[in-house]
Amino acid sequence: MRKIENAKRSAPACGRQAMRIAITKGETLNMARHAVVKVSEGRTEEAIIGFLKSLLEKGVIEAILIPKGLPSGEGFVQALIRDPGKLNGVSALSLTMPVQSARVASNLTVKNLGKRVAAVLKACEIRAIVELTKFLQVKLDSFYLIGIDCPGTFEVPDYAKMSQEGKGGEKLTKALLKGMAKGETSVLDGCAFRTACQMCEYPIPQADIVFKLFGYQTDQEIGVEIGEKLEKEIEEKGILSFSERESTNRKDVIGKVIAERTKKRDALFQEFKGMIKDLRSFLDRFSTCIRCHNCMVACPICYCKECVFRTAVFEHDGDQFLRWADRKGGIRMPTDTLIFHFIRMSHMVTSCIGCGLCDSACPSRLPVATLFRSVGDRIQKMFQYVPGRDVKETPPVASFKEDELKIESGTL
Amino acid sequence: MAEFEPRIVAFLCHWCTYTGADLAGTTRQQYPPNIRIIHLMCSGAVDSIYVMKALIDGADGVLIGGCHPGDCHYQTGNYKARRRVAILKGILSQMGFTEDRIWLKWISASEGKLFADTVTKMVEELKRMGSNPMKQLWDA
Repeated sequence: MRKIENAKRSAPACGRQAMRIAITKGETLNMARHAVVKVSEGRTEEAIIGFLKSLLEKGVIEAILIPKGLPSGEGFVQALIRDPGKLNGVSALSLTMPVQSARVASNLTVKNLGKRVAAVLKACEIRAIVELTKFLQVKLDSFYLIGIDCPGTFEVPDYAKMSQEGKGGEKLTKALLKGMAKGETSVLDGCAFRTACQMCEYPIPQADIVFKLFGYQTDQEIGVEIGEKLEKEIEEKGILSFSERESTNRKDVIGKVIAERTKKRDALFQEFKGMIKDLRSFLDRFSTCIRCHNCMVACPICYCKECVFRTAVFEHDGDQFLRWADRKGGIRMPTDTLIFHFIRMSHMVTSCIGCGLCDSACPSRLPVATLFRSVGDRIQKMFQYVPGRDVKETPPVASFKEDELKIESGTL
Repeated sequence: MAEFEPRIVAFLCHWCTYTGADLAGTTRQQYPPNIRIIHLMCSGAVDSIYVMKALIDGADGVLIGGCHPGDCHYQTGNYKARRRVAILKGILSQMGFTEDRIWLKWISASEGKLFADTVTKMVEELKRMGSNPMKQLWDA
C-alpha cells in the first residue's frame, strides 16, 4: 500500500466553483468508492478539469497526461502537464484518438518514472495498458489510470473537417454528453464514429479514477469512482467525500449502449464472414495492401522493438524467387504480404483490444480492425480470455492447462 | 499424369519425435518419402511464422511432432506448442484455409512404428484433400 507522506487534512470542499461535493460517507472497504462532482453552469469539462487540478495542486499526482485541444480546434494531442495552470484548455473527453495512449504510457513508464503520474484515458487505451503491463511494457507502480466513459471517437481527418464546418467543438461535446445521459451515442447528423468505436462493447473504463457520464445529467453533475489505490489519500486531502449514491439509471443506460454496440459488432462480423469465404476472397479483399506496415506501427499490442518483418528472415536468394516463380508460372512480388497479415495476427490476436487504430492508420482502407476483431473473438473465446480485463491474468500464449484443446490429429 | 505426391514439412522435437523417426529408420519401418524433416530441440520452439511460411510457399501439409503431454524434456514446451498450434489453426480456418493440413502429434522416442504410421496416414489424407490451394494462388 502506498504511504501518504505528510497528509494533512485540508479545508473541506475546496473553493472551486465548478465543484461541490456530496456528503454521505461510504461503508464498503477495499472497493471502489463513489462520489459526485457538481457541475456549474453546464460546464461539464470544467468540472472535470477542476477536479484534476486539485489532484495536481494537492500533490496526489505530480504530472498528468491528458488530451489537449489544438489551437486550430481541429483535433487533439496528448500533453504531459506539470503546471496546474496549464490545464486550462485540456479536454478529458477528446473526440479523436490520434495516438493509442498505451504506447505513450509505455514510453513514459517503462524506464525510471520517478514521479507519480496520472493519465486520462479511454477504455480501450486502458485495456491496452493492461495488456502491455502483462508483457512488462508498462509499469503501473507510480502510474495512475484515470478513465472516462467513452461515447466514441471520430477519425482524425473527419473531426478536422467537422470542426471546419462548425460541427465540432463545444457544441458537439454538449450534444454527445446529452445523449450519454440517455445512452444515445449513435447518430449525429451524418458524422459517424470510427467503425471500431461503433462496435466497441467496452465503453466503461476500469481505472483508479473513473469519470462517469453515462446515465448522469452531465450539465448538473457527474459521477466519480475512486479505486482503492487513491481512495484514502483523496479522502484525507479533502478533495472528495464519498457517497454511496450512483445514478439510478446508469446500469440501464450502460446496458443499452453495450447492447447496441454488440449488435453492430455482430452485424459487422457477419458482413465480414460473407466477404471472406475462402482464401481467394481474402486475397482479393487484401490485394490492395501496400505493405506500409502502418497497422503494425499504430497497434498498441505490437510492441517488439525490432519486428521480424524488419529483419532478414524473409530475405531469400534470387534463385529461390525464380524457383517459386517457376513452380507457379509467376509470383507476386514482394512475396510477404499475406504472411505479414497472418503473422501479425498470430502475434497480437489474443491480446487485441479492438481499439481500431489499425483501421485508422490504413491508407488502403482495408477492414483490418474488423479482421483482427473477428479472428480475435474466436481465439479469445477458445481460452475464455478477455484482453484488458485484469492485470493479474496471464496471456494465453504464456500459459497452458494440462488438460485442454484436444487438437492432436489422426486416430491411429 | 503421375499421382499427386503431397509434400510435408515436419517440425520434430529432438527428444521424442525425431528420435522416434530415427527408430523408425533403424527398425526398417516403411513409410512414404513425402516428408521433409526440420529438427528442433523442442516442439515449444516451433514459431508459427515458419509453419505459415511453409504453407504459403506451397507445402501440402505441416506435421508438428513433440513428446507426449507430461513427457516434455523441458517440462512444458509441448503444452505451449499446443496452444500456439490451436491459435494458428483458428486464424487459418477463419481465413478460409483448411486447418486439417496442420497436424500436431505426440510421438515418443520409442514409437518408431507410430511415426511411420502417422506419416503414412497423413500422406493418404493429403492425397485425398488434394494439393494446397496456395500453390495455385500466384499472389499468395
